[in-house]
Amino acid sequence: MTVATPKMLGQPIKRREDPRLITGSSTYVDDLQLPGLAHLIFVRSPHGHARVNGIDTAAALGVPGVLAVLTAKDLEGSTTGPLPYEFAFDPFSDVKNMERGPLATDKVRYVGDPVAAVIAETRYAARDAAALVEVDYEPLPAAVVDPEAGLAPGAPLLYEEFGTNLGHTQDRKVGDPDAAFANAERVVKLRVVNQRVFAVAMETRGCVTDWRPGRPGDSGELTMWSSTQIPHGLKTKLAVLLGVPENKVRVIAPEVGGGFGNKVDVSPEETLAAIAAMRLSRPVKWSETRSENFQAAMQGRGQVDIVEAAITGDGRVTAIHVDAICDIGGYYQYLSPLMGMLTGMMMPGPYDIPNIHFTLKGVLTNKTPVGAYRGAGRPEATYLLECLMDKIGHELGKDPAEIRRINFIPPEKFPYSNGLGANYDTGEYVKALDKALEVSGYRQLREEQQTARAQGKLMGIGLAAYVEICGFGPWESATVRVEPSGKVMVHTGTSPHGQGTETSMAQIVADSLGVGIDDIVVLHGDTAMTQSGIGTFGSRSAAVGGGAMVMAVDQVRDKAVRIAAHLLEAAPDDVERSNGTFAVRGAAGKAVTLGEIAAAAYGGNVPTGDEPGLESTRFFKPDDSVFPFGVHVAVVDIDPDTGRVTLRRFIAVDDVGNVINPLLLDGQRHGGIVQGVAQALCEEVVYDESGQLVSGTLNDYSVPTAHMMPMFELDRTVTTTDRNPLGVKGVGEAGTIGSTPTLRSAVVDALLPLGIQDFDMPATSVRVWKAIRAASGSNGQA
Amino acid sequence: MPRMILACTVNDEPVEALIQPYQTLLDVLRDTIGLTGTKEGCGTGDCGACTVHLDGQPVCSCLVLAMQARGRAVRTIEGLAEGDALHPLQDAFVRFGAAQCGFCIPGVLMSAAALLAENPSPTEEEIRYGIAGNLCRCTGYTKMVDAISEVAGAAGGKA
Repeated sequence: MTVATPKMLGQPIKRREDPRLITGSSTYVDDLQLPGLAHLIFVRSPHGHARVNGIDTAAALGVPGVLAVLTAKDLEGSTTGPLPYEFAFDPFSDVKNMERGPLATDKVRYVGDPVAAVIAETRYAARDAAALVEVDYEPLPAAVVDPEAGLAPGAPLLYEEFGTNLGHTQDRKVGDPDAAFANAERVVKLRVVNQRVFAVAMETRGCVTDWRPGRPGDSGELTMWSSTQIPHGLKTKLAVLLGVPENKVRVIAPEVGGGFGNKVDVSPEETLAAIAAMRLSRPVKWSETRSENFQAAMQGRGQVDIVEAAITGDGRVTAIHVDAICDIGGYYQYLSPLMGMLTGMMMPGPYDIPNIHFTLKGVLTNKTPVGAYRGAGRPEATYLLECLMDKIGHELGKDPAEIRRINFIPPEKFPYSNGLGANYDTGEYVKALDKALEVSGYRQLREEQQTARAQGKLMGIGLAAYVEICGFGPWESATVRVEPSGKVMVHTGTSPHGQGTETSMAQIVADSLGVGIDDIVVLHGDTAMTQSGIGTFGSRSAAVGGGAMVMAVDQVRDKAVRIAAHLLEAAPDDVERSNGTFAVRGAAGKAVTLGEIAAAAYGGNVPTGDEPGLESTRFFKPDDSVFPFGVHVAVVDIDPDTGRVTLRRFIAVDDVGNVINPLLLDGQRHGGIVQGVAQALCEEVVYDESGQLVSGTLNDYSVPTAHMMPMFELDRTVTTTDRNPLGVKGVGEAGTIGSTPTLRSAVVDALLPLGIQDFDMPATSVRVWKAIRAASGSNGQA
Repeated sequence: MPRMILACTVNDEPVEALIQPYQTLLDVLRDTIGLTGTKEGCGTGDCGACTVHLDGQPVCSCLVLAMQARGRAVRTIEGLAEGDALHPLQDAFVRFGAAQCGFCIPGVLMSAAALLAENPSPTEEEIRYGIAGNLCRCTGYTKMVDAISEVAGAAGGKA
């Protein structure tokens, strides 16, 4: 069968999501109203570490309109077990068993730890009452804020029963690192801090929960609308946790206002909201305030890496030893334990390092739990490696581009198993590097820099290479259904929240069926309608969800061809798609539309051996992950008097395999780059030594605004993969993973003439100014 | 507290609402009048998601008490288009793919519309500062700036 209609794949098709978004007519969780809706507000710990000696709810219960005030004591028997968390995929040791419920019991372990919940007729009443809940806290001295200090003997313990703050460990070896270090011509050492950051989705978390009580012998039904990235996972976990049969639980992710990994969660708040609705038999809404979001939504990164590399005289890395100290926070929360694991899995990055020793210590601290944040463990691996490459360049007096070039995995070594469980599909790293150097005008930039430096100016050129693992399985589902009238209804098990997946999936379907994109509707996020799914995270929608979509739509197309042949009394091999019809090749006028085929299919007029109907549900299980890569270049200017860093140019050469929609692709890259740049330049979660959150508002935490960013210069190379039917690799996280080390590299490059080789993010004016003053022998005082 | 009557226009339509004096314009728009296109991103005036026009000026509706709108003209994202005809900014945002999750977009559009009403031919820098009160976490602002620039260019050409 030939394809005669113009291809949609690869075209910059306008986003099909936009009409509802630019008119304000979409529905996010907080926009929902249900009859009898009650409002839930949490009472949260103001202390980083304290014992809870008692909670007095009498005054709160006296507020007019209050329906219930719940504490941990009231929740006994509400759940079948502790909140879920994952220790999956890779060998962990020393894992502590944590029994956490939705509300804190005897102790609070971070500022924002929920201790009570107030449900009232109005938000205002709930908030007033929450302020009247009296919690008898006994603050515990010296909260554990610094994970390294938390491991010191005698450090205060978050969990006395564990006898340590060490939550879990890993120790992984590839090759013979000890021998490589013993024979090293040179050893380079560094210590890098990957500071904690907030995800700051513009829509905070929240949910509306509705409970329809059952009759004797029959369970009630739970419906939850949640701002989540994983509606299906949330449905299964809630069903188990609440003891409600899974076929009586429905989770709906309506329009979701950004996730960035932060909404890959089965949170204490969602669990409590469900319990509240079940207790009251009323729908309950929880809308997180921004202040709560800063305190209690999972945070990203939080890793200290102590790095040693054995190198040859010309800068080739023969072995690497990394001790990663992962700042877990007060509890394991869903995927918390996996972040550092992913760092270890990608330890050699794009470099051919035969000997690796990676150790990991997950440390419990009096801070909000960490979770996935755009890149999730892989940015940490890339960051430490790129800082290492820069340092090798500095120590040997070599250009950072050349150090990377000689260490890259050469194309002929693919597929490349890095020994840590990652089996890279394809890669042309030198090609991406050369393109980045060319597009940026790297040589001219270095010449310009020489002139600038001669004039005492601090101009920096940063460069970083990355490879990431993404497109995680284990599978994704898709359903394609041609309606009896010929319109097409599509379900994807992914759960997009800004990626434009309704558009990209429609492109895939349009190409296969030869229908116009306006005849296709893509649905997602409602577990009652789209019955199976994993969700949207880890740059997986195109690679895994797209694969399932291809399988489903191609099966529908093949059946449509058979029915067309049956209707036209031709052989299926003689039927081709032409101008929106299915026609007999060479027989003018012998054609049927998809609508006519569908009418026949639902009328039961199908060939022998085919069932009526015209739909298919398929699951795609990729054999392995995919590995996008790229090289980014940044140019910064630093004001030596104020320390202010100005990002002048940012050039990104990314290789994400085949591209479905360049409009969507570039949007993902822009946003990803800004998030990565922000970590390098301005964002940092700050706690004081007592565990108090200092950066708890948008006034104290610098999310980039439009005037802080330049236009970006984007280019690509294309190296496809055979691990999915579309040859795509995923783009959601690439920008973030590459841009953070690139900016750090640029800042250090600018400061090199002052003798500064090490600099921990973020490069805020005050930190850069202090570094400049320290390097010039001053005490840092103005 | 005794409730009060708010009388104003919202998107050119007269509105009368019985409200609490402590309610913000944002809450009244969303909860009482049922216009949920305006979003709450922070409640403290830092993110701009709740931007509406009050007598043509952009304001953070989370920082305005609803009663401050008494006798005044409020315009929200629902009233930016003229009938079925999208505002040129809305049209440009779609063509450039400026939105992603969409949560900040109503506020950004209202800020951008106010900017162009005051300065029909802004420079790129003026556009960037014009929407600097609106946080977007998805897009890096690039396509928004492109879209606003194009509309401004077209308006500038007409002037």
